[in-house]
Amino acid sequence: MATRRDFLKGCLAGGAAAAAAVVPEAACARDTLERPAEALGLLYDATLCVGCQACVAACKRANHNPAEFTTVDHLWDAPLDTSGHTFNLIKMYRHGTMETKDAEENGFAFMKTSCMHCADPSCVSACPVSAMRKDPETGIVGYDPDACIGCRYCVAACPFGIPKYQYDSPTGQIGKCELCRHRHQDGHYSACAEVCPTGATLFGRTDDLLAEAKRRLALKPGEWTTMPRGRLPAKNEKPEDAAKWKGIVDQSYQAQVGNYQQHVYGETEYGGTQVLKLSAVNFQKAGLPDLPPKSSAATSETIQHTLYGGLMMPIAVLAGLTWVAKRNVVPEDDDKKGGQP
Amino acid sequence: MSAHHPAAPVGGKLLNTATLVSGLLVAAMLAILFVRFIFGLGAVTNLNDGYPWGIWVVFDVVIGSAFACGGFSVAMLVYIFNRGEYHPLVRPALLASLFGYTLAGVGVIFDLGRWWNFWHIFWPGHANPNSVMFEVALCISAYILVMWIEFSPVFLEKWGLKAEKKKLERVLFFFIALGTLLPMMHQSSLGTLLVVMGPQVNPLWQTPVVPLLYLLSAIAIGYGVVLFETCVASSAYRRQIEMHLLQPMARVMLGVLAVFVVVRFGDMIARGALGHAFAFSLEALFFWLETICFLLPFALAGRAADRRNPARLFLAGVALMLAGVLLRVNGFLIGYDTGVGVDHGWNYFPSIAEMLVTMGMFAIEVLGYIVITRRFPVLPRAEASAAH
Amino acid sequence: MNEQNLLALEDDARIVAAADRLAMSRREFLQFCTALAATLGLPQGAEAAVAEAVAAKKRPSVIWLHFQECTGCTESMLRAEHPTLEKLILDVISLDYHETLFAAAGHQVEAARKTAMAENKGQYILVVEGAIPTKDGGVYCKIGGKTAIELVKECAADAAAVIAIGSCASWGGMPSTIPSIPGATSSPTGSSGVSQVLGKPVVTIPGCPPNPYNFLSTVVHFLTFGSLPAVDSQGRPKFAYSRLIHENCERRAHFDAGRFAMQFGDDGHRKGYCLYKLGCKGPETYANCSVILFGDAGAGTWPVACGHPCIGCTEQGVGFQKPIHSLAKLKNIEPSSFLPRIVEEKGVGASLGAAAVLAAVAGAAAGAGAMVAKNLGLSHQAEEMEKAKRDGSKANESAEV
Repeated sequence: MATRRDFLKGCLAGGAAAAAAVVPEAACARDTLERPAEALGLLYDATLCVGCQACVAACKRANHNPAEFTTVDHLWDAPLDTSGHTFNLIKMYRHGTMETKDAEENGFAFMKTSCMHCADPSCVSACPVSAMRKDPETGIVGYDPDACIGCRYCVAACPFGIPKYQYDSPTGQIGKCELCRHRHQDGHYSACAEVCPTGATLFGRTDDLLAEAKRRLALKPGEWTTMPRGRLPAKNEKPEDAAKWKGIVDQSYQAQVGNYQQHVYGETEYGGTQVLKLSAVNFQKAGLPDLPPKSSAATSETIQHTLYGGLMMPIAVLAGLTWVAKRNVVPEDDDKKGGQP
Repeated sequence: MSAHHPAAPVGGKLLNTATLVSGLLVAAMLAILFVRFIFGLGAVTNLNDGYPWGIWVVFDVVIGSAFACGGFSVAMLVYIFNRGEYHPLVRPALLASLFGYTLAGVGVIFDLGRWWNFWHIFWPGHANPNSVMFEVALCISAYILVMWIEFSPVFLEKWGLKAEKKKLERVLFFFIALGTLLPMMHQSSLGTLLVVMGPQVNPLWQTPVVPLLYLLSAIAIGYGVVLFETCVASSAYRRQIEMHLLQPMARVMLGVLAVFVVVRFGDMIARGALGHAFAFSLEALFFWLETICFLLPFALAGRAADRRNPARLFLAGVALMLAGVLLRVNGFLIGYDTGVGVDHGWNYFPSIAEMLVTMGMFAIEVLGYIVITRRFPVLPRAEASAAH
Repeated sequence: MNEQNLLALEDDARIVAAADRLAMSRREFLQFCTALAATLGLPQGAEAAVAEAVAAKKRPSVIWLHFQECTGCTESMLRAEHPTLEKLILDVISLDYHETLFAAAGHQVEAARKTAMAENKGQYILVVEGAIPTKDGGVYCKIGGKTAIELVKECAADAAAVIAIGSCASWGGMPSTIPSIPGATSSPTGSSGVSQVLGKPVVTIPGCPPNPYNFLSTVVHFLTFGSLPAVDSQGRPKFAYSRLIHENCERRAHFDAGRFAMQFGDDGHRKGYCLYKLGCKGPETYANCSVILFGDAGAGTWPVACGHPCIGCTEQGVGFQKPIHSLAKLKNIEPSSFLPRIVEEKGVGASLGAAAVLAAVAGAAAGAGAMVAKNLGLSHQAEEMEKAKRDGSKANESAEV
């Protein structure tokens, strides 16, 4: 009977698509992306942070963000988390009596929350309209409200919970740290690093920042060392490169080395981030997720490109389906022939 | 070859309790949407940055479109696997799908924060082919178009445009093929949406085979929805149930479901994620609720004798629909933000306004189904059914 | 001494006499006593006790020794204006020995000291200004042929209380700074504080110079209550030294808002921004300068108000040790109530109304489903029975494909 043969053909065609889904790690595998060579970023050293929130206030000013009230008196800008109107926030780890700074037991510690500027950002991969883009040179993950459709897939995708949407507006935008890229042409670097009184937030090339972070990890806790503040100049920075940035170049001062966890957060997570972090308290306890070196964006795009790369697979399946359907579809006017083999 | 059974309008009054209630819900929805578009999403929803996607996305779009897979599932059975005997089920199923998908498409607009930019998703300068969302949006839009074309013979028939209908039917096979391919693509991609969320999604639902899981479950739910719809339509319109069609289709449904269950548990064991199912957590509880719902159809309609009872088929369909709801709600809401070592402290529960909008969307579907089946030739002619 | 009502004291003869003695009006005198009581952090009502004590008690005898110092503490005392110090030292206390203020010299003065010590044995207050050199037997500071060590030990033996005034006397202060010479482990003369030399804790009023009112309040406390005020681990009266300068600083709002002067004379400096980045030691220095200001120099005049960072002169290990421009290590990094936790509960959970609506919808759906299932089941039963009747034995006709 013809139906049986057609049934099997149908199985073949229909099964092809399903089978394709089972073999995600095939030819179109997309590796985790790496940071661009001239990537800019921040180094946040929680042991240097004094919790003054100068960076929070400066960030608000630099990005023209309004205050957010969470207390009944509506007097102070006191956001509980980053939001569509707060791109940078110092949060606090608290434990027990909170006696000692940077101690996990009965201590407290600060943690900066702002965009990590991933080497392979989930938000960029997720955005259907390229409103989130990673600058090929500086690696800054920027947002374009004119392109954005407000689907908030980036909000859902980010493992750090960074892109935030303005739910309080009919024309709400996504709000996130863009490393103050709008101030760069005026010679201003990230406002948070610019105002940080202790150099807990340091601006610079990620490569230099990573070297600085590793230098600190190699020192003995309690030892006095020179800590840079503001912007970390590259090792052999040319005067014309230095001239790009305003402000005093050398603001370094003597400070004591913290009792660090021996890990630079952001060195390898999700293929690395451009914002790096040092902490004396376990990073997970300080609210940073434990991420593998492989990014979700890589996994997601590998699946997508395996299935839809060059539309090869859909077209092949469509061809099969069309062929089968052409044999099986009988115009209704030929109804009388129905049931005849 | 496909046997074509004539379809006919059911007729009867359009104004009754069901349409009245539906109408009220739709009116409430419109009022809430007015507020939403004037004051923003936060004015009516409980959406927040921990749960940027609430029930409007998960129910109206992800689940709504899965429920709308009846058309795709039956069409695949009829045209691809050449089981012409199911042809009477195609039109009603397609109608439900048409509504489900069209409303899913419209529902997306309500949820989009910057909806006036929606066209960017199809614009070459903006579109991002790396994005799963891009694929889903493109595919669903195309499928809605294809479905209207697939369904248009109904209107042409009604308005007596014979020549046009004939012309269309000559190329219809291509749209049927396309209408089979597109749902496969986006139903799987709706699952792939979760992949980029990485560790935020609980390991119970975060897996590289999630596209296959969503596709298989969507196909199975498609049959489940047809069981449900046929039973409800027969019950509401006091028509004979096409048991001779539903019984074997239930078998097909169970077959697809069996494949799903094997893939689901095989994947969990392979990933070593089964341990999370035995954790003392809300996620584990919902996982087992979901699993029970996926297994219930076997208990309800596993034996041939059971399948002769329409009540059991109806319940099996309902159980499967519920399972589909849970799989999606679990992945996108219950299991979201609960990944290993991730807790941002966010809470979400839909607001009454949010729920009213979702109910309004389903009300439109019911309303549309009633109007069209009563006035257009969709359901099989009653005497044709009675003859069996 | 049980008087609680200050106004009732206004016509008290003793108060009138004391006010006359201090060349104040009665009202001014009572205000002065109230200010002292407030500086001491005493509860309401205590100002009456202070006034009574100052007016009625015998003035305590004070012996004031000078060692390695600049006389800045004394100069600061001299410039106290409310009331002027000569009134204080003559009428509030009885200053029986003070090298700077004494007109006499030589043996005459030493005799006066000996007399005062003998007359007020066990009752006089010894005040030490300046560090005490300890190297080489203390030969670097001698008065009347006696080393500073000998003098302080001799005077302290019969004193009712010992007060070290100024940072030098408190821990060694500026003279104790170790020079940056390779191999140096102490200051050239081994300058030490009073408590180190005496081997017992004493009350310290550090500062360079300290605020005279902190000293005066300590003395008046002794006068009023017969005991010295509560002190911290370094002997500093808690009423004056229990809070960081940073805590009550007038520029604190700028610190909290991240507005810092980056360089002397820059825009932020002119606008009165926080001086932390210029090296202000306010965040690691315990003193009440930001509350009662510095000395008695007039309104709004203390280093930070004038635009210079605090150098931490009241804090051992900070003042004279840390470079003035170097950054302070915040001592009060305390949980601010504004800082959010790592995980804060946010968003809206299930409200009663929303949960009820959801439950109602679920219930309605379940009810409708059950109704449909029941009807289907009933009609199926009826059909089966009918079929069984009609077909008799052929009941098992299968419709399956």
